[in-house]
Amino acid sequence: MNTEITGIVVSFLLTVLLAFPLGKYIAKVFNGDRTFTDFMNPLERFIFRLSGIDPNKKMNWKEFLKAMLTINLVWFVYAFFMLLYQDKLPLNPDGNPGQTPDLSFNTAISFLVNCNLQHYSGETGVTYLTQTLVLMFLQFVSAATGIAALIGLLNGIKEKTTNNLGNFWKIFVKTITRILIPLCIIMAVIMAFNGSPTSYKGKDTITTYQGDTVSVSRGPVAGFVAIKHLGTNGGGWFGTNSAHPLENPNYLTNMVEIIAQVLIPVAMLFAMGFYIRRKKFAYVVFGVMTIGMLCLLIPTVVTELNGNPEIAKMGIAQPTGAMEGKEVRFGPAASAYWSIVTTIISTGSVNSFHDSSMPVSGAMQLLGMMVNAFYGGCGVGFLNYYIYIIIAVFISGLMVGRTPEFMGHKVEAREVKIAALVTLLSAFLIKGGVALAAYFVAHHPDIAWAVKPSAWLNNPGYHGFSEMLYEFTSANANNGSGFEGLGDNNTFWNVSTGFVLILARFIPIIGPIAIGGILANKKYIPESAGTLKTDSLTFGVMTFAVIVIITALSFFPALTLGPLAEYFQIGR
Amino acid sequence: MKKYISPSLRLTLVLIVLLAVIYPLLIAAIGKLTPGGGDGERIVVNAKVVGYANVGQKFSDDKYFQGRPSAVDYNAAGSGASNKGATNPDYLKTVQDRIDTFLVHNPGIRKEQIPVELVTASGSGLDPDLSPLAAKVQVKRIAALRHIDENKLNELIDQQTKKPLLGLFGPATVNVLKLNIALDASKK
Repeated sequence: MNTEITGIVVSFLLTVLLAFPLGKYIAKVFNGDRTFTDFMNPLERFIFRLSGIDPNKKMNWKEFLKAMLTINLVWFVYAFFMLLYQDKLPLNPDGNPGQTPDLSFNTAISFLVNCNLQHYSGETGVTYLTQTLVLMFLQFVSAATGIAALIGLLNGIKEKTTNNLGNFWKIFVKTITRILIPLCIIMAVIMAFNGSPTSYKGKDTITTYQGDTVSVSRGPVAGFVAIKHLGTNGGGWFGTNSAHPLENPNYLTNMVEIIAQVLIPVAMLFAMGFYIRRKKFAYVVFGVMTIGMLCLLIPTVVTELNGNPEIAKMGIAQPTGAMEGKEVRFGPAASAYWSIVTTIISTGSVNSFHDSSMPVSGAMQLLGMMVNAFYGGCGVGFLNYYIYIIIAVFISGLMVGRTPEFMGHKVEAREVKIAALVTLLSAFLIKGGVALAAYFVAHHPDIAWAVKPSAWLNNPGYHGFSEMLYEFTSANANNGSGFEGLGDNNTFWNVSTGFVLILARFIPIIGPIAIGGILANKKYIPESAGTLKTDSLTFGVMTFAVIVIITALSFFPALTLGPLAEYFQIGR
Repeated sequence: MKKYISPSLRLTLVLIVLLAVIYPLLIAAIGKLTPGGGDGERIVVNAKVVGYANVGQKFSDDKYFQGRPSAVDYNAAGSGASNKGATNPDYLKTVQDRIDTFLVHNPGIRKEQIPVELVTASGSGLDPDLSPLAAKVQVKRIAALRHIDENKLNELIDQQTKKPLLGLFGPATVNVLKLNIALDASKK
């Protein structure tokens, strides 16, 4: 088998191999069992004392959400002002300017919600101070917020009847001290020894071998890249993210980064199985998600390896596959694999530029973000999947004519309404946003924004439409990757995607936790012969069908105008 | 909401110190032990820094192996890709122009021998590598200009080729800067 294919197969196998013991460990951590990281205990107690937190106080779902939302608000205000005034603050060796208000609004939100859309370029748009004290900080805490939200939901599922979802602060802090910090240190060290810079030195000016004078941007990249992937954040230190040779120096680091971004989302599924003592349920969920991933991955890899038909017509050799926007050291197979992994997980980091992917690959990347639950982001992936489960339970209930149940609790009108709202929200935000943007391009091309609508699109025709569709889909999925040709640093995109980001982050967290909280409060009904078995293969297929149908109904028309139309045009 | 504000503020401060100050400083300290000391690995020729091992640079002289097209002209202070879509007519014209230019500079090469990476821009604009094939297709030109035996150049490329990881994973690559340094050294 060729080495590019073995590279991606082994990357996936290693991910699962590492995720399983990690999941077991995570379950132990939140169960309060003894683990080898108990040496962190004093540090945690110290953190709680300094912050005036009682980690043993129980919280119901409303208190849990209030704590989570309050601290998120604090982070937003902090990040917004730091970015706005970064030029006046220290640790700015390259002399970069402050961000405009609309850009810092967008950047602050986008890192707050674990998305990392970057409407600036890392080399020029931020300083070392804001990269570390704001962006890297938010990459840690937003990932921990997602994981904590999931653990809260699982606490509700775990008990027969309870109104206690656990203490948000405690779960949140332990996520950081027991999961994120140890993993990040390991990964950052691997990155550093493979050539990612770690020092705070600014740009270096050198004379190249043929005599050009060139400045080389640097910075403490290695630690940033670690949390960027382990926390499924995806925001790059440099403008070109993990395509940049200092952010992803070789094939080994590429494998490490690919594994790191999927690791925690998959581990959380196994952790769930151990934590709520329903292993079979977790395996079925993992199976459905994996099949979903393969449905998107295989067409992408095949298409990219076949190369661009338009270039084939010119009569040159495409021995490896399509290479525009890709790096030689990764090759098209690992680039295609990354492009799917980063869109199904809400990472959004890139090692190749999706704008230059083939139309089929573009469609698969978009679908990955539209579903947003094939593994999905840190913690929130399963929260999204949970919504699909509730709908699947409801539809199955209707089909057999019984009151639907999930894990021993009746699913009634209120819960299904919440689930339906969450589902409809993404269709509304994506298509509404794109409609608005397309309207400006078509009818008001000359508005005096920093980038005029007439100059937004980097490519004509269907692909130009795809650029807008991708941006809103990415914002809604809290993904952060982009068809980067889009001229998005201006009032319209900064503000519109900013609002999409907030709504699409917090409503899909609040929804499932509310459902979970309400269900947990209800009377427990023991399983009987007539109970719908939610850990069965049949129910897995049912959930998969629900995902396919909802996604197709919501997004098929939009996809036909973009990547599908381009597909039928290419090579003709 | 009120009773959550004070713990939120205090916890935020504590975590900023832990995650955004202590953590990166720890990594910076460990980075001191790495090749390049955490500043990025530099290549020195005759006591002069000529570049970063991992960061691609421009070679416009036909006597040297040339790297891939770059959307940012190898500006290492502002990486970037072309972001051109696969069906964009302007983009396809650019590719056609690159093919024509390559054929003019490389007499004796037929267009079906040109690997696509030599006429398409990289993701970072700073791609330091070529595939062995893309280096070898330039051998004829360089051999003629430098009056070196083609076989010798092919051997040089083989020496400079970095095999797939563990011989199993990923593509083989040749670092263009290192290859050109070796090229100059071999002449002597």
